[in-house]
Amino acid sequence: MSMLVREQSNVLQVRDLHVQVNSKNGAATLVQDINFELKRGKVLGLVGESGCGKTITSMSILQLLDQKTTKIGGSIELLGHELNGLSEKEMRKIRGKDIAFIMQNPMNAFTPVFTIGHQFIETIRSHTKWNKKQATELAIEALCQVNLPNPDKLLKYYPFQLSGGMLQRVMIAIAACLHPAVIIADEPTTALDVNNQKKVLYHLDKIRSEHGSAILLISHDLGVIAEMADEVAVMQNGRIVEKADVFQLFDKPQHEYTKKLLNARSVLPLDESFIHLA
Amino acid sequence: MITSIRKLFINQKVIPICSLILGILFMMAIFAPWLAPNDPIAVNLVYKLQPPSWEFPLGTDHLGRCNFSRLLFGARISLGFAMLIFISSLVIGLIVGTFAGYKGGWVDQVLMRFCDGVMAFPSLILILGLVGIFGPGLPQVVLALMLVQWVYYARMFRGMVLSLKEQNFIAAAKISGSSQWKIIKNHIVPNVLPPLVVMGTLEMGWAIMDISAMSFLGLGVQPPTPEWGAMIHEGKSYIRTNPALMIYPGLMIMIVIVTFNLLGEALSERYGVKRDFKKE
Amino acid sequence: MSLLQVNEVTHSYGSRKFFNWKDRSKKILSNISLSIDEGTCLGLLGTSGAGKSTLGKVILGLERPQNGQVLFQGHDIYSSDKHIRQKIRRDLQAVFQDSYSSVNPRMTAERIIAEPLENYEKLTLAEQKRTVIELLERVGLSEEDLKKHPHQFSGGQLQRINIARAISLKPKLIVLDEAVSSLDMVNQTLILELLKELKADFGLSFLFITHDINAAYTISDRLGVLDKGELAELYDEKNQFFTSKHPVVNEMRDSILAGHPRFRSVRRA
Repeated sequence: MSMLVREQSNVLQVRDLHVQVNSKNGAATLVQDINFELKRGKVLGLVGESGCGKTITSMSILQLLDQKTTKIGGSIELLGHELNGLSEKEMRKIRGKDIAFIMQNPMNAFTPVFTIGHQFIETIRSHTKWNKKQATELAIEALCQVNLPNPDKLLKYYPFQLSGGMLQRVMIAIAACLHPAVIIADEPTTALDVNNQKKVLYHLDKIRSEHGSAILLISHDLGVIAEMADEVAVMQNGRIVEKADVFQLFDKPQHEYTKKLLNARSVLPLDESFIHLA
Repeated sequence: MITSIRKLFINQKVIPICSLILGILFMMAIFAPWLAPNDPIAVNLVYKLQPPSWEFPLGTDHLGRCNFSRLLFGARISLGFAMLIFISSLVIGLIVGTFAGYKGGWVDQVLMRFCDGVMAFPSLILILGLVGIFGPGLPQVVLALMLVQWVYYARMFRGMVLSLKEQNFIAAAKISGSSQWKIIKNHIVPNVLPPLVVMGTLEMGWAIMDISAMSFLGLGVQPPTPEWGAMIHEGKSYIRTNPALMIYPGLMIMIVIVTFNLLGEALSERYGVKRDFKKE
Repeated sequence: MSLLQVNEVTHSYGSRKFFNWKDRSKKILSNISLSIDEGTCLGLLGTSGAGKSTLGKVILGLERPQNGQVLFQGHDIYSSDKHIRQKIRRDLQAVFQDSYSSVNPRMTAERIIAEPLENYEKLTLAEQKRTVIELLERVGLSEEDLKKHPHQFSGGQLQRINIARAISLKPKLIVLDEAVSSLDMVNQTLILELLKELKADFGLSFLFITHDINAAYTISDRLGVLDKGELAELYDEKNQFFTSKHPVVNEMRDSILAGHPRFRSVRRA
């Protein structure tokens, strides 16, 4: 019974999120009136131009904004617990374990001076009581799941020895291995080659279906959103201007801005038969 | 303790306060002949080891010379030669480093291996060697410090030029038809200068320390020329009866070095932030 | 005669260094031949590491190839005659991917755009300023942006400044190396529109290097596919890309996102 209740309830609920930044020239509002919820095993796409507040939204969920200069209003509930206003120490326990974060540029996400294995195992051990051997086994298993060849060898590599696409898959493996309730993926494929995009999305989706993680997928690329999302929220100038089911949004966009975004899409002469072949 | 001092300054104010202190010190050095109440090298044994008075604001030393005047003239040597070492090693480093980094290839290899050689050679041995050949004296010390210091600048500039060379705006400048000289002048040098100011302030502190240390050991400035390190050296025989002889120059050295370091750190913090901001 | 003719260019990196006699050279480009006619756009597709950027540098005269030649209006761009090189330089411009690193952070928009003019045109300061304002307006910016520094612009605006600099000398060919890849969709579309307009207005030719099939298809007249340093395919008609049987092209086509949830392949259910 309790399982059933959890299945249906929202994993992450954001209510009236409002972020203000205080600078020398007074306070400026970065995002306002943001409302959305992530459901277990579902993907919410957050789409908009650069500078519309997508990344600010994800940073405020993770409480990663500078607390001295920014003020976060509203409520962010993870499995019924309020995150907004939690101390840095408490947030550190949640980040990586309950909420995993996948960044745009995998090259910047790793420290260049340590091996992949070192960073992977440190992440696992900081959230669990496992010893080094157990953590290594888990890391290898997680790397296998994202189809990376020779995982035990890979752990000994340094970040610069891997390609962007491979690093992004390592990042997904790290994110997945602790079975987070929520994965925030901020432009996960933007820095990658076209050939790697689909692979990365595929592995992200595999985690979703296997562990039931809810995914907040942030992207400017409607193509990526179309591949993954159940529901889409369109952001413009710090507000959500339209939120709809993915099919409805693509077929019957309501807001002018959504129509503009849809019109900016590709013009490839792909007929439906070709797409089904692919 | 350093952190508590830095808290006192509260971030924004460190730079103006330190600049003001250094400004006053430089002014004192420049206008020493007019500010000093007495001749700094005039020996008058009648007035030896006097306490502070109107005639001698900080008293006199074991030869009856005015301590205050000696400190003022000492600032000229410490600050002046530290500047000289800083600027000359900077210029050499800038030229060699920029050239090596920009040209690359074997030019770079040869110059950098030479720098490695110089770096591997301990500076103290070099100074002792020069003093051994030419006898003790300030020019030898300054020359030796210069010969050692420029290598660090050269390496730093080379590194910065190498990373700048990767930036597309250098390629864009070439495509725009700009000459090599114009690219170095307009695109490379302006972008390596700010970190240099930071490094320079930190280096100044070191240079002053080195000159004073060498003078204290009797290898640098020779009596009767006033210099802070040399003054400590001369005063050390009177440490029991007149510790002030050592305390005054010691305090000066401390103030100058602490100020330079605080300034350097504050500047590096500010530029560090700025650079990160640009990356965004 | 073609505007640009690349003849059997082969290039490798990391050859011998001083104090490092081991030959570790790696072949980046092998035996590449292509040509671009006046007023047309050749799109060059390839994944990262295919040698796209190196080919761009070779064509721009920034990286002398070990073998082969690059002819611009019939003249070798690596020729020994300085006057010819200078003249070609004028007609051959570029826009790079990272709009931020393509401009000197310490310069104003005015100085950035004026740099080529300073080198080639003998203009008075007033004339130069007027030209720069015209260029700014041509790319959709305004006179108010003249004194701004790069960090005050967005990525899309900076790319417009880069384009303004590239067209300031009215060149014949612009090499666009991933010029829209780091922009978001809306800005990509706007910049591609701008480029198309400029192509029509000035009779410009483009070499459009990218990994983005959408962008390349939108702007190009002809398409080429670069793979591991070799020119795998070259189509005179860009739609041939969609019927080609080449394995590399197949893989590229498979990676295209459908763009509509009904045809998606990552999540089928």
